[in-house]
Amino acid sequence: MRSMREALLAFRRAPLLSVLGIITIAFSLFAVGLFGLVAVNIKETIASVEERVEIRAFVSEGTASEAIAAAIGDVGAFPEVARVDYVSQEDALKRARQELGEFRDVFDAGFLPASIEVRLKPGYRDPEQVRSVAARIATYQFIDDVRYGQEWVEKLARIRNIAGIAGIALGLAFATVAVMIIGTTIRMAVLARSREIAIMRLVGATDGFIRRPFLIEGFVKGILGGGAALLLTWVASLLINRYIVKTSFFPMELAIVGVLGGAIIGLLGSGVSVGRHLRRV
Amino acid sequence: MIRFTDVTKEYPRTGVALTDVSFHVAKGEFVFLTGPSGSGKSTILKLIYMEELPTAGEVRVSGLSTVDVKRSEIAKLRRKLGIVFQDFRLLEDRSAEANIAFALEVTGAPRSQIPSRVSRLLTQVGLASKGGAFPRELSGGEQQRVAIARALVNEPYVLIADEPTGNLDDRATRGIFQLLREINASGTAVVMATHNLDLIRRSDYRTIEINRGQIVYDSGETKPVQPEELV
Repeated sequence: MRSMREALLAFRRAPLLSVLGIITIAFSLFAVGLFGLVAVNIKETIASVEERVEIRAFVSEGTASEAIAAAIGDVGAFPEVARVDYVSQEDALKRARQELGEFRDVFDAGFLPASIEVRLKPGYRDPEQVRSVAARIATYQFIDDVRYGQEWVEKLARIRNIAGIAGIALGLAFATVAVMIIGTTIRMAVLARSREIAIMRLVGATDGFIRRPFLIEGFVKGILGGGAALLLTWVASLLINRYIVKTSFFPMELAIVGVLGGAIIGLLGSGVSVGRHLRRV
Repeated sequence: MIRFTDVTKEYPRTGVALTDVSFHVAKGEFVFLTGPSGSGKSTILKLIYMEELPTAGEVRVSGLSTVDVKRSEIAKLRRKLGIVFQDFRLLEDRSAEANIAFALEVTGAPRSQIPSRVSRLLTQVGLASKGGAFPRELSGGEQQRVAIARALVNEPYVLIADEPTGNLDDRATRGIFQLLREINASGTAVVMATHNLDLIRRSDYRTIEINRGQIVYDSGETKPVQPEELV
């Protein structure tokens, strides 16, 4: 109770420093948020492209439909496989005519082979897995040929890996800088009150008693800064959506984690700063 | 109540501050610590309120020994001591009342009792009408009175005063000294470091003179030591 009151009083006694602290936290986390926004959208884009990874197995003419149905059942039971569709000769023709309208008269019935189209589950779309599934499908006797755009799948995997590593490295760098800036801000707030801390110790305050209001203050600043950062990121995302490119925002849980992260940085930063200070005086 | 036994204090950077210092302060005694600047007076005071711990030897204060004291015990010890400095160490952004109340809050006094205790203390130090004033609105002597009131909040056994009149003119010095004597008369021991030989001469209190970290003169304990005080 006293700690809460003291924490609030600290805001009132040094409003400028408090507001500056919150703004610093907000902008540090805003930078992290913007980066996160880019990362989330790149990830989503890659995932949507990856969804198109597809294995197409061409069926020999005259294969019994029971054999095909059995094979579809088998392939559908592979752990990697999300969906299996059968494309008959007629469907293939219809599709070709639709997709390549200007050549519609070129295609005759029976010209295109029937095929089985296999889509893989997320996480199984890397070149190794695709190759392995394709190889297993190719073992059926009535399969003439299996295609999956090997080169494209490999390129996609490489892009995903680079994006992942760059994302982690940049994310860590942004987060480290944010933590350092926030830590310094909080340290300033503690130093500004070093006289008060020294006097508290002289009159017999315990370390816990001295620390508590600072922890609450740090936590509250973290929450406010984190909330402001979330708002800024959201506004930025709206503006980008309207003027530049369609993007998606963080899922709710990630946004909450971000704000809580701010609060925890505030809390820990205060704890460390006050602790260090207490050890010295 | 306060006992130094062969106390040596060495600071890592500035070297030896005290060498083999031994003395005892009895309950209710008034002791002047005197000596040139840098002689070790402040170090002795810091050892009493355990801001510093001795490099060798032992300091015992109201039953606590520097040999095995814990950090949390030091906080509790300070509630039984009152500490006053030359530079007052008041919080500039709070009124005189709030400065005193602050010390009560820190030590967990019931909130309902704080206002009446604060006003009693202000009366005791002669500032009954200035509770609402901020430190910058008070004279040096008045600020020191607020600091003394703050030091008295927990009815300490000992008042430790480090050059309490060092920043004050003669008149204010006499007023503060008189106040310290009154506090002593009511049973609180006072250990006061001072340069002011005039004050020492004008009273017949015990005087310990320090030079280069050693006791060079001790006029002797002013009261007989009772066995139960030899803790």
